[in-house]
Amino acid sequence: MNTDIQNYLNDFEQLGNDIKTDWFSKQRLSALSLFKETGFPSSRQENWKYTNTRPIAKETFSNTSTRQSVSISAEEIDAVRFQDLDCYELVFINGVYSREHSRIDGLAKGTVIDNMADALAKDNSKNNEILKKHLAQYADNKVSPFTALNTAFIQHGTYINVPKNTVIEKPINILYLSKESAKPFAAHPRNLIVMGEHSEATLIENYIGLDDANYFTNAVTEVSLAPSAIMKHYKIQQESLNAYHIGNLNVMQDKDSRFESNSISLGGSLVRNDIHGQLDAEGASIVMNGLYMTNDKQHVDNHTRVDHLKPNTHSSENYRGVLNGKSRAVFNGKVVVHPQAQKIEAHQNNANLLLSDNAEIDTKPELEIYADDVKCSHGATAGQLDQDMLFYLRSRAIDEGTARSLLTYAFADEVLKDISFTPVKNRLEYLIVGQLPDAKLIREFTNE
Amino acid sequence: MSTNSEKMEDLVGKDYEHGFVTDIDSDTVAPGLNEEVITFISKKKEEPEWLLEWRLKAYRHWLTMEDPTWAHLDIEHIDYQAISYYSAPKKKEDGPQSLDEVDPKLLETYEKLGIPLQEQKFLAGVAVDAVFDSVSVATTFKGKLADAGVIFCSFSEAVKDHPELVKKYLGSVVPAADNFFAALNSAVFTDGSFVYIPKGVRCPMELSTYFRINASNTGQFERTLIVADEASHVSYLEGCTAPMRDENQLHAAVVELVALEDAEIKYSTVQNWYPGDENGVGGIYNFVTKRADCRGDNSKVSWTQVETGSAITWKYPSCILKGDNSVGEFYSVAVTNNYQQADTGTKMIHLGKNTRSTIISKGISAKKAQQSYRGLVKVSKSADNARNYTQCDSLLMGDQCGAHTFPYIEAKNSSAKVEHEATTSKIGDDQLFYCLQRGIKEEDAVNMIVNGFCKEVFKELPMEFAVEAQKLLGITLEGAVG
Repeated sequence: MNTDIQNYLNDFEQLGNDIKTDWFSKQRLSALSLFKETGFPSSRQENWKYTNTRPIAKETFSNTSTRQSVSISAEEIDAVRFQDLDCYELVFINGVYSREHSRIDGLAKGTVIDNMADALAKDNSKNNEILKKHLAQYADNKVSPFTALNTAFIQHGTYINVPKNTVIEKPINILYLSKESAKPFAAHPRNLIVMGEHSEATLIENYIGLDDANYFTNAVTEVSLAPSAIMKHYKIQQESLNAYHIGNLNVMQDKDSRFESNSISLGGSLVRNDIHGQLDAEGASIVMNGLYMTNDKQHVDNHTRVDHLKPNTHSSENYRGVLNGKSRAVFNGKVVVHPQAQKIEAHQNNANLLLSDNAEIDTKPELEIYADDVKCSHGATAGQLDQDMLFYLRSRAIDEGTARSLLTYAFADEVLKDISFTPVKNRLEYLIVGQLPDAKLIREFTNE
Repeated sequence: MSTNSEKMEDLVGKDYEHGFVTDIDSDTVAPGLNEEVITFISKKKEEPEWLLEWRLKAYRHWLTMEDPTWAHLDIEHIDYQAISYYSAPKKKEDGPQSLDEVDPKLLETYEKLGIPLQEQKFLAGVAVDAVFDSVSVATTFKGKLADAGVIFCSFSEAVKDHPELVKKYLGSVVPAADNFFAALNSAVFTDGSFVYIPKGVRCPMELSTYFRINASNTGQFERTLIVADEASHVSYLEGCTAPMRDENQLHAAVVELVALEDAEIKYSTVQNWYPGDENGVGGIYNFVTKRADCRGDNSKVSWTQVETGSAITWKYPSCILKGDNSVGEFYSVAVTNNYQQADTGTKMIHLGKNTRSTIISKGISAKKAQQSYRGLVKVSKSADNARNYTQCDSLLMGDQCGAHTFPYIEAKNSSAKVEHEATTSKIGDDQLFYCLQRGIKEEDAVNMIVNGFCKEVFKELPMEFAVEAQKLLGITLEGAVG
């Protein structure tokens, strides 16, 4: 009955003892046995009600080194880089770290940015201590079988440690690039970011398909914020339209820390993003913004969850979707206010634009509240472009196609306009206009 | 009872098809559920063969089902074999002989609601010959209804007198195998109400179960079927504000509404079953399946409910908007106090073009109560220009209660417009301060604010009901503040 996972079990054997630390092997093994037990989730589970993972389960992906044989030229990478942005950059090709293309020199003393596999293999007791303390502590293997699968295959990924009172001025840009290889492959990037007290950093995770290859990205990111730490996090998902993407972001927040998540989903044939924020001390706050644009037969599922574990914590969330073709999008936002967590403010909003009669949106904003001194709200809408607005533009001699594109752009821009980091904002605006018909015309309109 | 159970034991294991005979003169069956018990109920009620078959089919399907666990409820395991599924209407001698024998707490509540003494006796199940007022009222009503051609009778009478109507509509909205509790009800229901409004008739008065005296012992598995034929109109009231005395813990009712072309049904409920004491001991389990089918074009169904009673409420009055331009509405106030739990909401299934639905849900949770709104708005591909507006607000009183919202929205049509809004908060300190500062006592102030919070729903209730509901709200929340 579990033939779907046999391939993963075989590949796990081949991983061997690449990293010999005792605690780490234990982590991997227990995650694997958990995955073995549960297998892939079924749509009978409430958490996966609208997303069928069969397409991923029934394919055979290679999880091991065969994927390394692909080479990518500097030009290809340049094409997807932030051109003028001065940043630290890590490049992964088909899930494997490329030292050659990465730029992580000139870091402040004490700051570590490294490939996860290298960090784990290094004999550095201080580092090992931190890894042991934080790795696999915030992403719960029991919540999603995909997280368990990722934990079993931890190898490459990004490890960042920002010490106390350190502000990293330059953003950290991570490029996960994928390209056709001999066999369809699965990559399990694992990122761990440990932010010390009063530290600050900006992180951009890019998942980019360079062609229309068939592969499976199963990423997990864990973030730990010490008191008063600030992190801005951007995830830009532009996987190939034949690729599967499962992404899991887990944040644990201490006193007065602040996390800002921006998740933009444009590519992939079957995509699932999970974001889980845990506000574990007073004064912690999280902002979650998201935009998904789907077309053809794409399926994009966004699940978010915020746990208000302590009093005086705040969360706000704004997700928007534009659906075209025969695509389907799912949104599930959950806010849980735990007992005795008073003085909470939590707001959540999800708006969807249906551009086609064959598209489908399933949205479920949830509130679960066990305390009384709270201000919580949520809203969800699904609809089409406002006819009055269309008429207004048409009456000013703008043809219907352009008017529609303009209004669609304006709808999506509601999420982008809140992005505080300008280079990312500009790039996203460019990308989003590119997804619309009459891109050139809109650029003329919006760039004056 | 004991002799009876022996008899039943003898019969268990015997195959029904091989000509099973039961003693239909006995008044109660021993606890337990099997095909013999169902056959017994059916025989006892002199039902036609097709209805028995229908019950048995439901039962066989029920056997394959499991208790639903998806609701946000903590339900103790229910032993369905420990329940007696049939008992004949109680003889007067069994009940309390006078009001002196009735629980004084119950009487206190009646007093606060301002219920006349005669009615108090009736509600408390005291052996009175008949409620004088109600009888005369009922008789006058019956004449008036008959003149209009409206059929309003108990379900058993309907099966005997209008089998063709019952056969045509029974189970057509809530199929026997719909869900666990509906299947159970379909197998063992004992009585309920049946309403048929003929073509073009506007029912001359509001129909209420309260006045239908013979329904005073419909038992725990009630079945209601209301059919509004083309261009007819009816307003139906279920339950009453006064707490009802009832020994049965499990209630699994089914309500089916059918609205044909241009018809309109307004269904109002006030539910105030025994909620258990302040420690959460006892109380009714209220697991109800309510669904309306707007079958014809331009039809309209409106559900209004005030839920204050029951230890556990599991209830989702729904509308299937099949006809073009049909309208579904759901207005709800649910109050939970002490250890009460409620998981309630609605489903609006948009199938026809230009269908509209409105959902207004107000939840109030106090002390250690847990309450959830669970709703589904589904717009199918065929529902061009469908429109939904949902608003569900929760008010929290006490730092240990819970209020949860689980709205599902599924939209498959680009011309549809679906909006959902929800808020959760406690009573505003500034609102309270404003009232106190003007010399209004805290309890009264809270009452006032809560009533304001629920106003949108109360205004949908028929007038007398609305007045009582406001009072009821105050009583239910008594002691929740301060």
